[in-house]
Amino acid sequence: MVKKSIERIYLILIFLFLYLPIGVLIVLSFNNSKSRVQWGGFTLHWYQELFRSRVIMEAFYTTITIMLAASIIATLLGTMAALGIHAMKRRGKAIMLGATNIPLLNADIVTGISLMLLLIRFTRLGVNTVLIAHITFNIPYVILNVLPKLNSLSPNTYEAALDLGATPFYAFRKIIWPDIKGGVFSGFLMAVTMSLDDFSITYFTKGAGVNTLSTMIYTEMKKGIKPEMYALSTILFLIALILLLLMNYRSSKKSSEAVSRI
Amino acid sequence: MNKDFITFEHITKSFDGETVLDDLCLNIKENEFMTLLGPSGCGKTTTLRLLGGFETPDSGRIFFDGKDITTLAPNERKLNTVFQKYALFPHMSIAENIAFGLKISKKSKAYIDDKIKYALKLVNLDGFEHRSVDSLSGGQQQRIAIARAIVNEPKVLLLDEPLGALDLKLRQDMQYELIRLKNELGITFLYVTHDQEEALTMSDSIVVMNQGYIQQIGTPEDIYNEPVNAFVADFIGDSNIIDGIMLEDRMVEILGTRFPCVDEGFGKNQPVDVVIRPEDVELVAPEDGIIQGVVSSIIFKGVHYEIEVKANGFEWLVHTTKLHEVGSQVGIQVIPFNIQIMHKPESSDEEATEIDD
Amino acid sequence: MIKQSRQLLAGPYIVWIIGFIILPVLMILYYAFTDAAGAFTFSNVAAIAEPIHLKSLLLALKLGILSTLICLVLSYPLAMILNGLHIQKHSFIVFIFVLPMWMNFMLRILAWQMLLSNNGIINTFLQSLGFSGINLMNTQTAVVFGMVYDYLPFMLLPIYNSLVRIRKDIIEAAKDLGANNVTVFFKIIFPLTLSGVISGIVMVFVPALTSFVISDLLGGGKVLLIGNVIEQSFMQGMDWHLGSGLSLVLMVFVLVSMAFMNGKGKDGEGTAVW
Repeated sequence: MVKKSIERIYLILIFLFLYLPIGVLIVLSFNNSKSRVQWGGFTLHWYQELFRSRVIMEAFYTTITIMLAASIIATLLGTMAALGIHAMKRRGKAIMLGATNIPLLNADIVTGISLMLLLIRFTRLGVNTVLIAHITFNIPYVILNVLPKLNSLSPNTYEAALDLGATPFYAFRKIIWPDIKGGVFSGFLMAVTMSLDDFSITYFTKGAGVNTLSTMIYTEMKKGIKPEMYALSTILFLIALILLLLMNYRSSKKSSEAVSRI
Repeated sequence: MNKDFITFEHITKSFDGETVLDDLCLNIKENEFMTLLGPSGCGKTTTLRLLGGFETPDSGRIFFDGKDITTLAPNERKLNTVFQKYALFPHMSIAENIAFGLKISKKSKAYIDDKIKYALKLVNLDGFEHRSVDSLSGGQQQRIAIARAIVNEPKVLLLDEPLGALDLKLRQDMQYELIRLKNELGITFLYVTHDQEEALTMSDSIVVMNQGYIQQIGTPEDIYNEPVNAFVADFIGDSNIIDGIMLEDRMVEILGTRFPCVDEGFGKNQPVDVVIRPEDVELVAPEDGIIQGVVSSIIFKGVHYEIEVKANGFEWLVHTTKLHEVGSQVGIQVIPFNIQIMHKPESSDEEATEIDD
Repeated sequence: MIKQSRQLLAGPYIVWIIGFIILPVLMILYYAFTDAAGAFTFSNVAAIAEPIHLKSLLLALKLGILSTLICLVLSYPLAMILNGLHIQKHSFIVFIFVLPMWMNFMLRILAWQMLLSNNGIINTFLQSLGFSGINLMNTQTAVVFGMVYDYLPFMLLPIYNSLVRIRKDIIEAAKDLGANNVTVFFKIIFPLTLSGVISGIVMVFVPALTSFVISDLLGGGKVLLIGNVIEQSFMQGMDWHLGSGLSLVLMVFVLVSMAFMNGKGKDGEGTAVW
């Protein structure tokens, strides 16, 4: 059918549009030549340079630290917040959800600048301020992943547990937690990805001397292309791939579990 | 006699390699309330959907009012469907839902407004024009779904287990509503259900299906009183199905005893299935019965007692309004007219279904 | 009783909101309405009317709207095709189109820079075919390319999610009542995906409007958007008051989008980004 082939072609075109740049990056990362268009042979040279570069490795280390710390703290605060919001009445819920939406919908530049203006009054800009900023924009993602799970829980199971003599904490551990832990985990993964990815907010809150991968790439890109960047791209692409596979695997495992339960 | 309005000719349909309908042939008459009855997976919904145009048969043809509609798209067929989960358009008001089909047929605004009022009145939901779909209860949504379908004056109405999600009282009310509608509108109803009571209540004729094959077609009385095989007997109403040997015309032997009956033409000494309805089993004094047994359990069902009697190695199910004590000796009596003889199943689809009691 | 004490769990978050979401906004307000001496003034906000600033705002609006429209036009058919695939593992196909989104933002721009620059892939390809090179880099076109490339998945996903949620029997009911495919699309499918479309528009337009990185890297000094002006006033000009004033103007646009979202989208559902 004509319709089917047009659809196929469209899909392929968009696919190419999305992956061609990435594909070229990956290929060039193995290119034994600084040229963007000539192939000079296969090499792992750039990967070696990548790991030897102090600037890059420091930025990498900073990024990982902030990413993990921010995500873990955000997940803790966010999960608690979701539990609290879930227990609120309509008006309180609406206010809290509205406030949660602010960092999500606010332009990065405004969030970054506003945090900078505030934090600079109390302390020097550095890793700590970046951490605070990351936690701030990560918490909403955690809440938006955990809250739907809470909403789909039957309210009676928790009460039934209490009725049978469980303390609130025990009931939480045995009844609520198993059902929301999927949401908590995907919220955590989203926070990790958002932290890894962020540029604008980090840019304004980092001050001098601190760099995450994103801000470092920015500075380097303004100087000129270094092929180590291509190697870095390939690695980050792989990380993103693995993260996404993880998220998908968990959600498909959930649905097959749900099916076998019936 | 009404003429054949819809014909299914040698319809075969498979899904994912599994054959759901095999060489199905069926005629539906004008103004008939026909019900497709059977357990899940028997092919009744598929048959309905084939008529609605939502599936295409692998082979065979479908005729509607003389025309071959096998390959027609659903929007070109002059019939309407009431879906199992109502399928009301959530982003439209009730009035807009009902008007949907009429607007497509380009009817005038005055005509549409009239029709909406008429349809809402017909289903007893006057004044609901501007309500939203999610503000309605299940029963109300169901009636709107019906209103939306009939407002287009289809010649045939298809109903896919529409009452399944309603509670008992509401379901019974809706059953009477549907019968009233059919008589008022004078159109053909093709109804799908797995609920045999529903089928018996509403239908002019019932098509009992199992595993893609038609087991029996007949009026509710025919199906109930004279099931042709164990499956039909077991599916419709409670029954006692016993292995028997047809000794000769009008005499069958079951559980080692001869019972006079009224069926003929099964041959001599042929193995058969015998079905006796629980309400046809009379409990009498032991010496007055053809066979004797002991009452093993009794449950009060309101309308009658449901009593189990062990006699000659068989657990008889009996419906009676007289109380009998557990453990008491009774005699069993059945008048010949109430003994139904059936051929033994020729294939697996004719066998009685396994039901956990 | 139980519910009230559970609400306390949100306490720390409430403190965080006040401290790091509300207060920062107040800071911007403060800086926007004061001058270097601390006196109250409107001049920072009024500065938006200055030719350079106004031009940058209008350019940002133009490119933002353009990118959003292109994303919408590309995404809707894509979402419909993906939805129509009915593959058992439909999540795998979605996965493929979502994956680039999870890759680092900066690197995606790098990729385009590489393709678009004067001795980059596209030009080399064209020159090898005998065409003269096109100057794609440092143009508004390059910036739009970058924006569309970066934000396309953010338009695709909400639309796709809202499409998937449409129950099959509603479509069948519409056809049963006489609707052909065109009518089904305009009367049933599109209205039911409206909240997804609006989510998508907001999630593309706001970042596009306020972006400065893409215009910086792909536009050189030649494409000056309001985001660039603001960034420069903080990082280079050191006039935080002016920068805050201009940011406030920008925030008005964001607030309008938020109000729009809360009105038409469901609570948080639309922002779920997969």
